[in-house]
Amino acid sequence: METPAIRTENLTRTYRRVRRPGAAVPVDDRTPFLALDQVSLEVRPGELFGLLGPNGAGKTTLIKILTTLLAPTSGQAWVDGLNVTEHPELIRPRINMVSGGETSGYGILNVRENLWLFAQIYGVSNREAKQRIDRMLEVVGLTDKAGSRVSHLSTGQRQKMNFCRGFITDPKILFLDEPTLGLDVTAARSIRRFVREWLQERPSRTLLLTTHYMAEADELCDRLAIIDKGRVRACDTPGQLKRLAQKYPLFEIQLAPHDATTNFSDLERLPGVHQVTRSDTPSAIVLKISLWEESAIGSVVPQLVAQGGRILTLKKVEPTLEDAFIELVGHGLESNGNGEAK
Amino acid sequence: MKSSFELFWRAMLARMYPRVVGLVRIPSWVLQETILPLLSVSAFVLIYRAMGAPEEYIGFVILGGAMTAFWLNVLWSMGAHFYWERDSGNLELYIMSPASLMAILAGMALGGMIFTMLRASMILLVGIGVFEVRMMPSSWLALLSVFVLTLLALYGLGMMFASLFLLWGREASHLVNLLQEPVYLLSGTNFPVRVLPTAVASIAGIIPLTTGMDAMRQILFGSEGLWPLPVEIALLAVSVVVFIEIARRFLRYFERRAREQGRLSIRWQ
Ligand SMILES: Nc1ncnc2c1ncn2[C@@H]1O[C@H](COP(=O)(O)OP(=O)(O)OP(=O)(O)O)[C@@H](O)[C@H]1O
Ligand SMILES: [Mg+2]
Repeated sequence: METPAIRTENLTRTYRRVRRPGAAVPVDDRTPFLALDQVSLEVRPGELFGLLGPNGAGKTTLIKILTTLLAPTSGQAWVDGLNVTEHPELIRPRINMVSGGETSGYGILNVRENLWLFAQIYGVSNREAKQRIDRMLEVVGLTDKAGSRVSHLSTGQRQKMNFCRGFITDPKILFLDEPTLGLDVTAARSIRRFVREWLQERPSRTLLLTTHYMAEADELCDRLAIIDKGRVRACDTPGQLKRLAQKYPLFEIQLAPHDATTNFSDLERLPGVHQVTRSDTPSAIVLKISLWEESAIGSVVPQLVAQGGRILTLKKVEPTLEDAFIELVGHGLESNGNGEAK
Repeated sequence: MKSSFELFWRAMLARMYPRVVGLVRIPSWVLQETILPLLSVSAFVLIYRAMGAPEEYIGFVILGGAMTAFWLNVLWSMGAHFYWERDSGNLELYIMSPASLMAILAGMALGGMIFTMLRASMILLVGIGVFEVRMMPSSWLALLSVFVLTLLALYGLGMMFASLFLLWGREASHLVNLLQEPVYLLSGTNFPVRVLPTAVASIAGIIPLTTGMDAMRQILFGSEGLWPLPVEIALLAVSVVVFIEIARRFLRYFERRAREQGRLSIRWQ
């Protein structure tokens, strides 16, 4: 059997709670805070695996454990078949990580020197480093800034430079924590395209990525884990997750407004129809019809026409990853406050 | 797989690089690093002259000024510097990389030495040129060995301090503050160590700066030392080995503890 690129088994991490300064009554919060709770995952070599979850879900914590920067409190994790607690020094040559919004680097160096420095600590030869740096700067469109001081870069440019840093050491397994955070649309798109290419170049490469952009996760990832409050709520392909979110095929029909008293509720009595909801706009009557099975739409349409409805538009509503996310997590990405688990 | 020596070497030179580049790109550093310390050294010299202190003491002040520059560099650019590296997110990258932290620290040390060499030679030049201090090394070889051993021991000590910063934050910088002043006194920067009570002098001897400077004074000015020269050289050599070995173990131990406590990436404490 093939060794998984990443595997975790009941991986758990707690943090000591930080005492709030100025709290009038000292709350006894000795109970540790659970940032990761029994996470079991498996990522196959060659996969582009995504972690999706609200703020404070534990994504970064998971990545820090896998990149040997944080020890698990309990449970186990393996990267390229090596245990993170027992063999961090064997894992390190094979991995790299970039996180969005990181402030690493030396302001006094220029972009090229800075990337060279972080290639050197992986033992990359000068010639190889130069080739890879040139290529990566081209990919992110930073070639004209190669000689600029890091301290003179804009936030996004700095972010692009750090993105390059992850690739110039040619890692077998790469971790990207919100790599497109704060990047403009074009830059984010070329980064996504490159990430795909990079994986295809060599099938042994694996990439684990976190993001808050649903479209990005949907477009990019082979499989996704949805994490909330330190737990994995679901783990599947984006397609499967979307199907999970929408149990029944859903159609939206817009009818021209009319004075008829019928409210189309009798549609629900048609065979194959699950539920009908009606919401009116000034310009149309909007019916959302969910069906037990898709073919039932064939009997819905004639019935509507027979009742005097004039159909303006008819479309099948495809589920989005966001629907899946809300279904699983119970709220959207934005509405979560500080992400503290109860 | 790269040989671990090659990796060590590359990592060390890479980390040294920003320090050396800084010399060229931020000329005001050079000014701050050389002119300011010259003022305090000159003040001491003038006071000693006014008091009619033995001419030997003027030499002590110049040598002390030059050597203390290294001590300050060790404290602030090695020990406390890890705190800054963590804040900026670089420490995480170093720890995550296959290079050892010893290599990173060695790079910092090397960069710091080059930087400080400039300051130290400036002080020496002014001492010899302006204050006409006469230095006659009895043996250049002995002088060089003592100098190199003293630096190695000092920077080894600095590596030890640095490891504390993996776990502690600002607390450790208090330690650095605490170490700065007494060392001026204990190491006899501006006076012969022998005027200290014997017990204190022996304790002070553990600090490589004390032993190193005492040995150099013996070589340069023919003054009487705490211990005979060969003993001091042996003491320095032992300190080098001991400090570097302790630093290696500390780094391993504190890195593990910091991973457990999640302190490698804390930005505020
Ligand atoms: N060093 C730490 N000490 C105490 N608590 C921490 C520490 N690091 C993270 N946490 C807590 O653990 C939880 C998970 O944090 P983590 O950074 O893994 O979330 P995340 O999923 O990456 O969130 P985001 O989307 O905002 O990046 C959060 O509630 C956070 O407050
Ligand atoms: Mg995060």
